[in-house]
Amino acid sequence: MPFLTRRSQPVSKSPAKPDAALPRVNTSLSALPTNKFGYEQARHLLWRAGFGGTPQQIQTLVGWGLEKSVDHLLNPGNTGEEPIRPDRFDSSIMRPANEEEKQAYRKAQKAQNEDLVAKFRKMKQEQERKDREQINDMQKWWLKKMIETPRPLEEKMTLFWHGHFATSYRTIENSFHMFKQNQLFRTHALGNFGDLLFGIIRDPAMLAYLNNNQSRKDHPNENLAREIMELFSLGVGRYTEKDIKEGARSLTGYTFKDDDFVFDRNNHDTAKKNILGKIGNSDGDDFVRIILGQRDCAQFMARKLYGFFVNDLPSLERQSDRDLDDGIGTVIHQIAATLLTQRYELKPTLKQILSSQHFYDPAFMGQQIKSPVQLLVGAVRSMTPPTRDLSILNDALDLMGQNLFFPPSVKGWEGGRAWINTSTLFVRQNILAFLLTGKKPVGYDATADTQKYDPMPLLAELEKADPGANSDPSRVTEYLLRLTTGSAPASARDPLVSFVNERGGHITPDLVTALLLLITATPEYQLC
Amino acid sequence: MADRNETFKNAFTRREFLHSGLVLASAAATIPAFLQSSALAMHESMRGLSSAAGIPEDRILVVVQLGGGNDGLNTVVPYGMPQYFKARPGIAIKENEALKLSKADGVGLHPQMGGLKSLYDEGMATIIQGVGYPNPNRSHFKSMDIWQTADTDATGDGWLGRYFDSECCGFGKGESGKREQAMKTASDAGGPPGIAIGRSAPLAMEGRQVKPVAFESPELFKWSGADIHRSLGAPYQQLTRRTDGTNGESNAAFLMRTSMDAQISSEMIRKAVELKPSVAYPGGQLSNQLSMVASMIRAGLKTRVYYVTHGSFDTHAGQGGAQGRHGQLLNQFAASVKSFYDDLKAQGNAERVLTLSFSEFGRRVAQNASQGTDHGTAAPMFLLGPMVKPGVFGDHPSLTDLDDGDLKFKIDFRSVYAGVLNDWLRADADKILDGSFKAVKLMKKA
Repeated sequence: MPFLTRRSQPVSKSPAKPDAALPRVNTSLSALPTNKFGYEQARHLLWRAGFGGTPQQIQTLVGWGLEKSVDHLLNPGNTGEEPIRPDRFDSSIMRPANEEEKQAYRKAQKAQNEDLVAKFRKMKQEQERKDREQINDMQKWWLKKMIETPRPLEEKMTLFWHGHFATSYRTIENSFHMFKQNQLFRTHALGNFGDLLFGIIRDPAMLAYLNNNQSRKDHPNENLAREIMELFSLGVGRYTEKDIKEGARSLTGYTFKDDDFVFDRNNHDTAKKNILGKIGNSDGDDFVRIILGQRDCAQFMARKLYGFFVNDLPSLERQSDRDLDDGIGTVIHQIAATLLTQRYELKPTLKQILSSQHFYDPAFMGQQIKSPVQLLVGAVRSMTPPTRDLSILNDALDLMGQNLFFPPSVKGWEGGRAWINTSTLFVRQNILAFLLTGKKPVGYDATADTQKYDPMPLLAELEKADPGANSDPSRVTEYLLRLTTGSAPASARDPLVSFVNERGGHITPDLVTALLLLITATPEYQLC
Repeated sequence: MADRNETFKNAFTRREFLHSGLVLASAAATIPAFLQSSALAMHESMRGLSSAAGIPEDRILVVVQLGGGNDGLNTVVPYGMPQYFKARPGIAIKENEALKLSKADGVGLHPQMGGLKSLYDEGMATIIQGVGYPNPNRSHFKSMDIWQTADTDATGDGWLGRYFDSECCGFGKGESGKREQAMKTASDAGGPPGIAIGRSAPLAMEGRQVKPVAFESPELFKWSGADIHRSLGAPYQQLTRRTDGTNGESNAAFLMRTSMDAQISSEMIRKAVELKPSVAYPGGQLSNQLSMVASMIRAGLKTRVYYVTHGSFDTHAGQGGAQGRHGQLLNQFAASVKSFYDDLKAQGNAERVLTLSFSEFGRRVAQNASQGTDHGTAAPMFLLGPMVKPGVFGDHPSLTDLDDGDLKFKIDFRSVYAGVLNDWLRADADKILDGSFKAVKLMKKA
């Protein structure tokens, strides 16, 4: 071991523990008493279990109370929109060459017919160009769907699974496979985690992304088995390198033809394997079954769901479950227990989380950093500006670090504070300015979107509750701050009220838009 | 460190300190402490208090991260080893294709790396062979974290973040409470200690006290609202530079600090990258990043560390040999660093800049069934710049004495970091790396 001599007393580098105040959070997973479910709680629920809501939607939930609100989000029933047809996108663009075409190409190569070879190459490039166009359309389609859906929790969970089973178009270059995978996530969004895991080992996009289609009986590719264990179900340190090797053998033969899963019997290793201590002639489905039987799997998924809905946690590698704050560790442990007793059914698990006293503890409300999708979709859904140009919104998502269908790696998006740096902060402010005013930031071409935003409906609930208040600068400012950020500290309110008064104090649509421009540029607006 | 502290204290009066201005508010947990100390650290770097003869002051480190696991064996090609060709029948670089290196027998560069070859010929490149660490991890993320934290458990802060922290701590403790004055002079500040070009800052630069600035595109590095209506500028400044609620570990406090940081760095950096490069660059992402770094150096930013990233080197399938995907990536790398140093030379700044490249791991010795290579272990690192001891450092790892099909590493990457920290950045490597790694001596006259 060259050069390596560790100090006996290393300086402590363990990750920072959460705030000292955290042990005092309410760690009960029992339901919040109904009389505690008010404006702030309803707003919190709408943001976390969806993409925020209008003042009217917040009031509706307050009227319904906690149980009905959570039930509605989990089971919106028949909401009347058209089902997504399986041929919504073109499956033929990336159709592989057939034997005839391949032969013609080989012949052209052999004959050194350069014109013909060039023609084939051009056809291929044209195919790829068209497919990139389609993935771009698909990004905008999904973004629009999230903005318009009457089933926000379902779309939010579809996004969660996309980040969990992260697969990038950049690697697989087949947009229709990305669409199929997206539909797999949507179908099981609020279903059963086990079904998703069985589905993912049959999913062409994933099989291509992690090279399982190239895995051979005598040459197993370990990529899929490794990531299933490390990132999709158990987490680092809860399996051995040997488990991965044996798991990879069990997954041999799991491949696809055109757009569908096939089991290639000739390439499947039928010999005995020992996976996590279970010995047998396991195939890929057994591999999944063995994993689902591990308590570690429920624990891993509980932590992941908790981080998504309640409270950012460092990744497992940075901070093991053991090192978590005791109270939070217990909560995650209980969620894992629910997952196990409910056999990985997601609805009862989410119901427990979203109804719990823990979820509504003030320590967590307004403390989650919005993902770029959450920021954009939430802005449109809660303040209802025109959606404007989806291409620009889509570009902004990329600049903010969340390019749909292009997660940065199989690990998905890191989330939390990783979304925020000095650069993404400006993009976040500027895309909101575009939504509210239609004016593009410098750097885009100059043509502005002329659709005018009318912010006045936002004030209707204020007027209803307190007639006359919507012409009072400080009432209006305070109301808008509470609506958009959940709180109204003096350091934010005072400069805004002075601004309104300096402009004459009349609450006009332009002035309300200006207030929203300023509020959406504050640090607090990045939180939900 | 103690000596330098003393020197420092004598070197500055308090008035001078305030006058020469301050520095970025940062995402550090408490702004005042950081503002104080980081300013001082910056001055130290400007003064170059500890110099060795012949080595320039105001030294800059540029890190080039090759992401995805670069195939070291097809980068620095061991054409003198017959096992190389046996293990890689479909993708090996032939002996007559490899770019031969003077004073290095049996190894040559990938044929697409002409740019790096000419740096080598000019005496501006060190190739360190067989760099790795014990019990290598083959997960991209884990291994990348290991390289970035310089810790095989991959816990804790980044190695450059700890360098920033160590430089700023211990200074100016008696100077607290001067934040207000400090903020007023922020436009005179020298620049953030670390700048990462890219969507997000790498873990390597994340310290406890000091956080790097990260940006991708200069035009979008400011708020557009004030262009929409002039009257919004003043309240915007008030709202985004608030000092209440900036302390502590909460996300809200973190955002307050980042917001202030963004305001101050925006102006400074946008001005810097307006400068056009003095030479032509080949184009492409890495090339653009390095050209911006060169402009910031030319503008005189006092930034000590720049971080850029390149690639998707994860060539599991169809990586190609002399031609092909891997070759293209290497070509972009080699041509971009060559233009970068041409630019720096034209500016007269080349001697101040050391460039280090790394990847989270190399790849397995044998190719796989898909004409590609799977995750492996040790690989070469490059150190570039006029102040490096040029040549090929260390022996190529054996291709017969393997560890389950993988190369055995020869040099721990932390020994390279230690050399860079001690001999280039003049820092205390033992303290920063939390352990003693024998520093490899790679700088001239160090």
